[in-house]
Amino acid sequence: MLSNLGNILLFLNVILSLSIIYAANRNLKISGGVDKNIFQLSLIQSTSIIICFFVLIAAFIVSDFSLITVYQNSHSLKPLFYKIAGTWGNHEGSLLLWAIILSIFSFLFLVYNKNHPKKFRLLTLIIQNILILGFLFFILFNSNPFSKISPIPSEGLGLNPILQDPALAIHPPLLYVGFVGASIYFSAAIASLITNYSEKSFSLSIKNWVLISWCFQTLGILVGSIWAYYELGWGGFWFWDPVENASLLPWFAMTALFHSLIVFEKRNLFYFWVIILCLITFTLSVTGTFLVRSGILNSVHTFASDPTRGIYILIFLSLMIFGSIFLLFQKYKKENYDLNRNSKETFILVNNWFMMFYLITVLLGTIYPIFTDALTDNKISVGPPFYNAIIFPVVVVFLLFMALGPRAKWIKNKFENIRIYILILTGAIGLNVAIIFFLKSYSLLSNFIIISALFLIISSLMDIAKALKKNKLDFARIISHTSFGFLVLFIGLNDIFSLEKDYNIKLGETKKFDNYSIQLQNLELKNYKNYQAVIGKLEIKNINSNHTNILNPEIRIYDKPKTLTYEAAIKTSLIKDYYLTMSNIDRSDYYNIKFQKKPLMAWIWISVIMIVVGGSIRLFSNAKNN
Amino acid sequence: MQKIIKITILFIFLFVIGIFYISLTRDTNYNTSSLTNKEAPEFKIISFDNSNFFTRDDIKKNNYTLINFWASWCAPCKIEHPILMKLSQTKNLVILGINFKDKEPQAKTFLSELGNPYDLLAKDKNGKQSVRFGVYGIPESILINKDLMIIQKFVGPLSFEDYNNIIKIIE
Repeated sequence: MLSNLGNILLFLNVILSLSIIYAANRNLKISGGVDKNIFQLSLIQSTSIIICFFVLIAAFIVSDFSLITVYQNSHSLKPLFYKIAGTWGNHEGSLLLWAIILSIFSFLFLVYNKNHPKKFRLLTLIIQNILILGFLFFILFNSNPFSKISPIPSEGLGLNPILQDPALAIHPPLLYVGFVGASIYFSAAIASLITNYSEKSFSLSIKNWVLISWCFQTLGILVGSIWAYYELGWGGFWFWDPVENASLLPWFAMTALFHSLIVFEKRNLFYFWVIILCLITFTLSVTGTFLVRSGILNSVHTFASDPTRGIYILIFLSLMIFGSIFLLFQKYKKENYDLNRNSKETFILVNNWFMMFYLITVLLGTIYPIFTDALTDNKISVGPPFYNAIIFPVVVVFLLFMALGPRAKWIKNKFENIRIYILILTGAIGLNVAIIFFLKSYSLLSNFIIISALFLIISSLMDIAKALKKNKLDFARIISHTSFGFLVLFIGLNDIFSLEKDYNIKLGETKKFDNYSIQLQNLELKNYKNYQAVIGKLEIKNINSNHTNILNPEIRIYDKPKTLTYEAAIKTSLIKDYYLTMSNIDRSDYYNIKFQKKPLMAWIWISVIMIVVGGSIRLFSNAKNN
Repeated sequence: MQKIIKITILFIFLFVIGIFYISLTRDTNYNTSSLTNKEAPEFKIISFDNSNFFTRDDIKKNNYTLINFWASWCAPCKIEHPILMKLSQTKNLVILGINFKDKEPQAKTFLSELGNPYDLLAKDKNGKQSVRFGVYGIPESILINKDLMIIQKFVGPLSFEDYNNIIKIIE
């Protein structure tokens, strides 16, 4: 039943999309405003696709194993929360989520852009609906979540326990709003090219959508990292894995885009560059989807693959790319940027260069192995050393520009008070020296990174004082930029001050290292329903402050089958995380313990959240001004 | 000049799309049937605790050996782990785990958290030994019999289907 209902709703959506395209096309030819029917059709479209998604959720909740997707990804005994989250935790269900976001953004864009030319709005709607149709066909004919299985299995295969994690339940929807949301400014950019709508006001029609997608994309990446840190459990949070990179690529493009939009809005410059960034962002989103879903990176990270999926997405991607290029070539006019080298415009352009540099670096690192494999049969992998070596030294210069840029004036800037910058730089160097003096020394590159991060933080904070005087406080920018400075600072300090120790220890014994002592105080044997546990009581003492922490790692012995598992103990605080595992050593009284101290982890997460807070403030103030 | 730029841009995109297409079709080329029924390569790989070396002689002793390449940084390895744990209970099968390009403490944590399904545990710090087995990325698993014949090679995480397959073969 649910299967039929779902399929009917999917077909209904195809018909609705076609009707919207037809109605919008007809409406283009007549004068007057946008036809009311189009609004209604668009509203029905969004509603019906949401209902369709709820049908799938219902199938997951009632464990309707007649649907292959439910059978493969759920289990009747799974907690309700994960049954629901399982709806988008798989390929088919997540595509339905794509379709929802495409449709809702399409409707909202139509509603919220009443002040823009009718032709531009209708064409945006048509292009967006062509994208929606593409995805609906993909869902219906290749990845249908409502496909049936016969005979109906009595039980589902279940979702892997490791994926049953709250962070992993919200991670995909956040990312989808981010990179599928980019579709709307892709459509708007195409419509703008076709209708020659290149005035400043074009930027007003898309800037909030860029911000929304950017905020969600950032949050999505953050939640993914948090999951990796707690669940994969060895203290890392970013691995430069192709799938992670796929989410980072559109993020760079979005970041460049909303900075360029500022210039476009103020100075009516960079129109074609803005258009190119709009096109690139969504193209990269689809490219990322292609890389992850097609399975060409299969052997490294991704799950089961299906080559027909890849072909479909590749055709879709090719049409998008060549369609955009064709149109762009036709409409492109050389723009003369008469930029003063020292002006805000130039600084924002510099920001864009950096973003493009990062984008190209990560893109090359991600697809290079595919190229060498296809061309030379040589299988290589590009790992963290490549990215670390190229990205981090450049971050130093980037942070300095990030501090100077916002202080520059439009059109022609004069750095009146060089002394201020020298003062800030001295302050940053002083703080860095203080860290080294009181704590420990580190590499030259780390020194540069810490100093430049501090430079950005101090100069942003000084902006607050300056702005308060003039009563012109740009909260959004200051919060985002300061937090970005803090993010780099915390990542740097975390890397420098992380500590990892491995010992063999006996009951009652104490090990000392740096300022810490670890004592195995007690071992307790406890019986549980299906296992016995040896619970260690370890005291970790900071010798300087006399502060102690008790951690209880476990060794579990399951009877059926006889297996040993080791449960780590993690203690999170605002300043640092302690992480401890314990394992037994055969035929001896010794236990092997591994201790890790990861400073400032919580602050890394908080910095990213604050960056998003900055973006949200800008979004709300834009909405208020409109 | 503009024409040249346009043609170059078009060419770059065509090239990228072309490579993507080739990779898609190659994906099916990378099937491992060519490896089956061939003799396992010679190897000498150091045990995880540095105490000894494993060679083909260690495989000859068992009716069936499943060599599994894994690492703590590999997410799909976590996904296939329950299947390995299940396989570790079966008789007739020895599982040789090869820890691939990993850091020792992290690998230990991985096993301590998820359980250790391996009867024998070795490590391949720089990934060079694994190349002999045609390992492309991880996880990969190779089922070998007493006569050192490769019966099957599994690319990507082991699935329930693979589990059933293996059980059928070894019984």
